[in-house]
Parts: sequence; structure tokens; C-alpha cells
Amino acid sequence: MALQPIPADMQQHLLAQMVLIRRFEEKIINLCQKEGCLPGMQILAVGQEAVAVGIVAALEPNDIIVSNHRSHGHLLARGANPDALMAEIMGKVSGVGHGKAGTLHLSVPEVNALMTSTVVGAGPPMAAGAAFAQQYCATGGVTAVFFGDGAAAEGSVHEAMNLASLWKLPLLFVCENNCWAGAQKPSQHCSTQDISKRGEAYDMPGVRVDGNDVEQVYDLARRMIAHCRSGQGPALIEAKTYRMRGHGEKDRQHYVDKSEIEYWAKLCPVARYRQKLLSGGVISETQLLKMERQAIERVEAAVAFAEKSAYPPPESALSDVWTAPENA
Amino acid sequence: MAEMSMGQALNTALTLAMQGDDRVFLAGEGVGVSIHQDPNMPTHGLLEKFGPQRIKDTPVSEAAIAGLAVGASVMGLRPVVEIMFFPFITLASDMLVNHAGKLRYLSGGKSSFPLTVRVKAGIGFGAGCQHSHNLEAWIAHSPGLKLVWPSTPHDAKGLLLSAIFDPDPVIMVEDMMLYWMKGEVPEGDYRIPIGQARLVAEGTDCTVVAYGAALYTALKGVKALAAEGITCDIIDLRSLVPLDKACLLSSVRKTGRLVVVHEANRFCGYGAELAAIAAEEAFRDLKGPIQRVAAPQIPVPGSPPQEQFYKPSAESVAAAIRAAIRG
Repeated sequence: MALQPIPADMQQHLLAQMVLIRRFEEKIINLCQKEGCLPGMQILAVGQEAVAVGIVAALEPNDIIVSNHRSHGHLLARGANPDALMAEIMGKVSGVGHGKAGTLHLSVPEVNALMTSTVVGAGPPMAAGAAFAQQYCATGGVTAVFFGDGAAAEGSVHEAMNLASLWKLPLLFVCENNCWAGAQKPSQHCSTQDISKRGEAYDMPGVRVDGNDVEQVYDLARRMIAHCRSGQGPALIEAKTYRMRGHGEKDRQHYVDKSEIEYWAKLCPVARYRQKLLSGGVISETQLLKMERQAIERVEAAVAFAEKSAYPPPESALSDVWTAPENA
Repeated sequence: MAEMSMGQALNTALTLAMQGDDRVFLAGEGVGVSIHQDPNMPTHGLLEKFGPQRIKDTPVSEAAIAGLAVGASVMGLRPVVEIMFFPFITLASDMLVNHAGKLRYLSGGKSSFPLTVRVKAGIGFGAGCQHSHNLEAWIAHSPGLKLVWPSTPHDAKGLLLSAIFDPDPVIMVEDMMLYWMKGEVPEGDYRIPIGQARLVAEGTDCTVVAYGAALYTALKGVKALAAEGITCDIIDLRSLVPLDKACLLSSVRKTGRLVVVHEANRFCGYGAELAAIAAEEAFRDLKGPIQRVAAPQIPVPGSPPQEQFYKPSAESVAAAIRAAIRG
């Protein structure tokens, strides 16, 4: 199907967002080398930026997103404040969860990124709840939930797809098939090599897209979100992409053929789109340099903010379990 | 005041909550159309009253049911979902333990999850261990989840209303054996505060703590000792999380003895926590060994005599009280 024309300012916006996400995560890679700077394991979506940006750009402000362990791109695309994200990643009190979430459980209710779970496959049932609330209150909103090819094997995902289709919930399932679930390839963990076909099993549209082509993702997302919003029920997008950095930053990818990584590096969604906009005259070299500089400055400012923020006092760990009054 | 069964009292609470607040909806397997047509079932007749938009029969999908509650509650609704039998909560446990109980904390207190999960429980109806298995210790061990368990129609109505309008996730366990038990229930909306135990009887020799259907076993056991001149404080916990520690400790300090009664397995059961709290915080007031009356470390067996063997009995409660007093 031919793509709907995308206005130049939207094209520039898509690229700027991908650049910001890439710079943000590259900075995290860099900070991982600094002993003691980042607690826990950093799980990055380098190479998957086009999925986050293309899907989120097609949503309205009052729509909801539900994210997973590989969340930085989703949240930045949604407009989360990079300062508060970086501070949370460092475990600082000024972070989005005041230090309690850490890098793995970042949620940002201020931008309707309401829930994030690192339990693989946990997003879809909760997203069905959010979509139910949108239907129940007739808000006109849609919920989009991101999950991976690994999560596609979880029973909770199947339960959520069945319920969402049965009740015609306004829920967009976004399967980011990044070719790896831990150290297993889809051919080793998934009964089908085309996860979008699962849509048919649940009587909803299921479409696969090149997840490294932001315009393809955006175009498909707009159509699928329109379907969800129209009251016809959920839809499934499988975005085929690649996990460039391994499961987490401590993963040396010893089980991956180098040629595979080289193959996907050539399909880098950011480089591809940069080239496309340059050659199409949508953006000039000067504008591009400015865009890069702004992204770097934004990320550096976030790091500076996070570094100068304090750690939370240890005993503040006791708060926020329940709405006050707390009961120990 | 009107006399009604516990099932009807729960039904009244659900009706009031739904009439008073459009944010309240029900979901679960058979909450609308049930295989049972008994007016003592808590959701009986609600579909006719409130319609299919608010009384949602679900697929047999416990993870989706609990996930629905998590996601709908953070959006501002007040979901009341049902888990048909206590052992099936294992299928919903990721949504409850890792999400309902943790997401508020992970958000740094920004998000709230005001959901209620009604869980049907009980031992003694011959269904065996995959329909009868009290797992309250699992829930109590999971931060972020409140846990209430009524033993009378009066408390059932007041606790359910408190649960539905509580700002945090509440698991409410309902002993199915008590659905038909009648009692006086006040009219209208009233709340039993979550975290408040009830002193059912006062005595001098021992503190006996129970909740749910086990309360009646405890009462019978204490009654059997009256002839021996033994009297007891009997505490109905009503709320297991948060626990009314003040009520427990003030009674134990007075009587110097503690017997805990529950139908769940003894090993790592909820009673172990009560015993530990009494030992840590009232050690110098104790005059005898703390006793637990609970089930052996076996699944609930199917055959009626085996099932009776599994459950605490009035005789075992009386024996435990005597042992606590004997020292």
C-alpha cells in the first residue's frame, strides 16, 4: 500500500526524535564504562528507534502507552523529560520514580506513559485494563502496548489479545520483533516466524512492517490506531527490527554471528532516515548538524542534572507503598 | 438492621457501591450469568440491575482479569474483580504481586491502583486441593497488597465497601461456607476500617486469634473450656494486612498466652507471623508457649474424613489452649 504523504515538519520531527533517543542511549553506553555511575543492568533499544518514534508519533496526547524493560525510546518519544529519566536511571531522588524505579521500571504518568513492566508479557493485560477504561468512559482514547517477540510466547499476552478482541477494546498491540529473546532466536522460541499472523487467530488485523523504516511504521500505526479508535477493536503490529546491543549492556553477544550484526547495522533506522531526508531535500546538512548538536546538548544537560541531583535518603525507601497514611 | 446472609450482605455492598459511583464495575468468570442461581451468591441479580456494560463476564483468563483491574484502576476506575477459587489466584499472581502491589511504589507514589479482588475461599465442600487451598500467607508476604477476610455478614458488607473505596489494592477473601450464614446487617453505606480487628469475647486466661470461617472453630473450642473455668479473649482479625498489632499485643500482654487458629497450612502460615510478633514484642508478658492450630503440610484431601482431618477442629483448639495454659 502506498504511504500517505508525510508533511516535512513531521518528517523532521521523526528524525529529531530518533536522533535524541540514539544520543541518549549512546550516552548510557558511555556512562556504563564509568565505575559506579549507573546501578543495575542497562537495557537499550539501539537500532529500534523507528518503532518507538513511528508508533508514538501516530498517537494523540490523551492516548496511553504501556512500556517494557526496553523503554527509553518509548518514553522519550512520548515527550518524557530527559532530566528526570536520566536521574532515575542513576537512582537519584529527582528521577521520575524518586529512585525507586531505576532504569528498568520507568513510567511517566505526566505524558500518559502510565505503566511499565519488566515482567515479560505483563504489559498487554494491564493495557487491556487501560483500554477498557477508555472504552468504559468513552474518552475516545487508544492504548498502545509495546512487547517483544519473546513476550509473544507468554500466556498473559494471549489472554489479553483474546479479551481485547472479544470486548473490542481500543488497544494497539505493538510487537517489537528484535530477533532475540535473551539468547534465543525466534526460530528457537516462537511457533511462527510471522507473529503478525497471530492477529488472525484473535480476529483482529495483524500486519508486519519494516521496523527500521520510521515512515512505514508511522503510516501503519496511523491506520491501525484509526481502526482501534473507531470502535472496531484491537490491532496488532509486528515491527521487524534488531537488538543491536544484546539483551543488556553486560551481554557480550557471544551467541550472535558478527555478520548478522553487520547486516543490521547497514539498516540502521537513524542513518537510513537521515540519508533519505537529506537526499529528498527535506533537511539540509546545516539543519542536520543543528539537530545533532541540540540532541547532544539536551542529553548532556540531562546528565548534568542527574549528576548534581542527590541520592534519596535510605529510609525514604519506606514510603510510597500505599497512599498515606502509611502502615509499616 | 435487617437479617440477611453473608452472600446477600456482600450483594448489598456491591449494589450500593455501583449505585453510588459510576467508576465501579465488576468483572470475572460468571459474575453476570453464573452456573449457580442462588440469591446467596454475592453477584446474584447484578447483571439484571446494572447491565452488561458494568457487570462483565470474562473469559477464563485470570491473568487478564487481574490485569484488567490493574490497568482500569490506574485510569481512575474502581474495578471489583473476582477470582472464582483461592487456588486460581496463582494464575493471577503476577498481575497482583508484581504489578498491583508494586507499580505505585515504582512510580514514586504518583500512580494509584484502587482495585478490589474478591477471592472465594474455603475448605469443607469436598472439592479437593485445587479448589480449596488458603493462600493468604502468599498475599500477606507481598508488599503493597491489603488483605481482608470477614467472618460475619455485618463485617462482610462494611469491609467490602471499605475495600472498593480504598485508594490501594485490596484482596478480600470470602469464605464460601459462610455465604449462607445469617446475621444482622445495618441499612445503607457503612465502612469497617481496614486494619481494625474485633474483640469478639473477653476472658483472662488466653488470647485466641482467628479469621474467616476459622473463627467459628475457635469459638467452639473456647466454649468447650467454659466448664473447666477457662475464659479467653477471642480476636477476629478481619484485616490481615495491615494487621491490628495494637489489638493483638494488648490482649496478649493481658492474658500472657496466645493461640492462633487458621485453616491454611501451619508451616510458614500467617499464624507464624502472629506468633513471631507476640514473641518479639510481648515476650516478657508470655506465661506459656504460643500455640498454632492449623493444617498439616499436605494438600487439602478429597475424601470427607480426610478433609475433616485437615481442618482445625474445636477439640484441637481446646487442646491448644490447655497446652498454652499448662506451659
